Amino acid sequence: MSGTEGHPPSDARGRSGGPPVVDARGSRCPVPVIRLARAARGLPSGTTVVLLADDAAAWSDVPAWARMKGHTVVLLEDEDWTEYRVVLGEPRTERGQADSST
Amino acid sequence: MARPPNDPPVTGLLDAAQGPLHPVAAATLRAALATGWADPTRLNPPGRTARSLLDTARGVLAGALGVRPDELSFHPSAQAALEVGLTGLRHARRRTGSRVVAGATERSVLLLQPGVEQPVPVDTVGRVDPAAYAVALGGDGVAAAVLQTANAEVGTHQPVAEVDRTCREHGVPLLLDATASLGREGGAVPSGAGSVVVADAASFGGPPLGLLAVRTGTRWGLPGPRREAEHGREPAPPWVPLALAAAEAWQQAAAVSVTEERSARELVDRIRSAAAAVPDVEVVGDPHDRLPHVVTFSVLYADGEVLLEELALRGLAVASGSACTSSALRPSHVLAAMGVLTHGNVRVTLPLHAVSPSRADDVDRLCRELSDAVATVRRRLGTDDL
Repeated sequence: MSGTEGHPPSDARGRSGGPPVVDARGSRCPVPVIRLARAARGLPSGTTVVLLADDAAAWSDVPAWARMKGHTVVLLEDEDWTEYRVVLGEPRTERGQADSST
Repeated sequence: MARPPNDPPVTGLLDAAQGPLHPVAAATLRAALATGWADPTRLNPPGRTARSLLDTARGVLAGALGVRPDELSFHPSAQAALEVGLTGLRHARRRTGSRVVAGATERSVLLLQPGVEQPVPVDTVGRVDPAAYAVALGGDGVAAAVLQTANAEVGTHQPVAEVDRTCREHGVPLLLDATASLGREGGAVPSGAGSVVVADAASFGGPPLGLLAVRTGTRWGLPGPRREAEHGREPAPPWVPLALAAAEAWQQAAAVSVTEERSARELVDRIRSAAAAVPDVEVVGDPHDRLPHVVTFSVLYADGEVLLEELALRGLAVASGSACTSSALRPSHVLAAMGVLTHGNVRVTLPLHAVSPSRADDVDRLCRELSDAVATVRRRLGTDDL
């Protein structure tokens, strides 16, 4: 878990040519992760995608999704929501890599 | 004893954290309605009969935990027994401190108790690190410690022997929560482990009934006016038929425990393999060092509630730790502490074979239907292309 320093979300959104921002505030699980995955689809590895979410489940689910998919994620916590900065890993040809825990 | 005709056989039940009574325990309960209804503290003949039946039940269930009858009390629920057990430990050591050391995946009722501030983290299979636990025990003002024998949601065993030893070294009394494991696996409560042991008769086909053992020599006492019943631990005695049904369930479960455990373990292995074969499904919890009858997996890009409904349409009753299935809309604290996916979560707690003779067929049906059920849910959510 990271600290709270870093760019506020308005920066990320306002910057021209900045990373794509998915604003899923107000949505509940599993919607934030689904919208994030959709935004990340087809993007090359190394790309940053930003998610804003205030759902308690996203707090565990976004890092879990990133781990399952080989992405890295940094959490920047605001007062009322969390900003997730995801750096995409190598795209996988097949869906799957199921059961990464065993 | 044959199942009475008025009890339809249970089918499709894969969520037996609190299952139907073992059929023989149900028969015992019915019989006890006629003989054990009285208040066991009364000195008249019905009261004396109830007292004698209660003593019998206490002897049997004390044997189940490996404790003496005078160490065991009955409580309305496992949660009540956990709360009373911990409160008594903390109160007795209030001059030493007020802090409680607990793992992050302990049951909510324990984590919500006063004194539990910073739970000991768990790894991705849900096991506490004994070294981190020892560090927490070495802190100032520790009144008591809490550890589950195994987690009820994901099945992972905890390092009981090691933590028990460390607690003794630090002179901190340990509450051992065996509510998920007693009656489901041999050696659920290691001999002499813990200062306080809690179990739940519902875990082995009995009615929900909290079992609390405070080992002799443990400093233990509750605040407030003295309670009259159950060695000073409850305001009222238990309803005797429940205790008798619990004792009957234990005896029935103990008689077949080896084959039951082996069969449950094999069925859960089947579910783990079938779930792992579905794309983007993560099976969580320790694959080997675990309870025999519990398995949990999470389905990426799926909604736990919709998945439960889809499986219900296929005649299968499962549980979920996803936020959308909880009244508080918060995900399972166990899954969150493990850092695994909380959405699309499915939890299976197998009923005992005696409770649900069709369970192997139900497991096979789940294994057969799962892939299609997941695909259906993802299609409905428009996530099948992700």
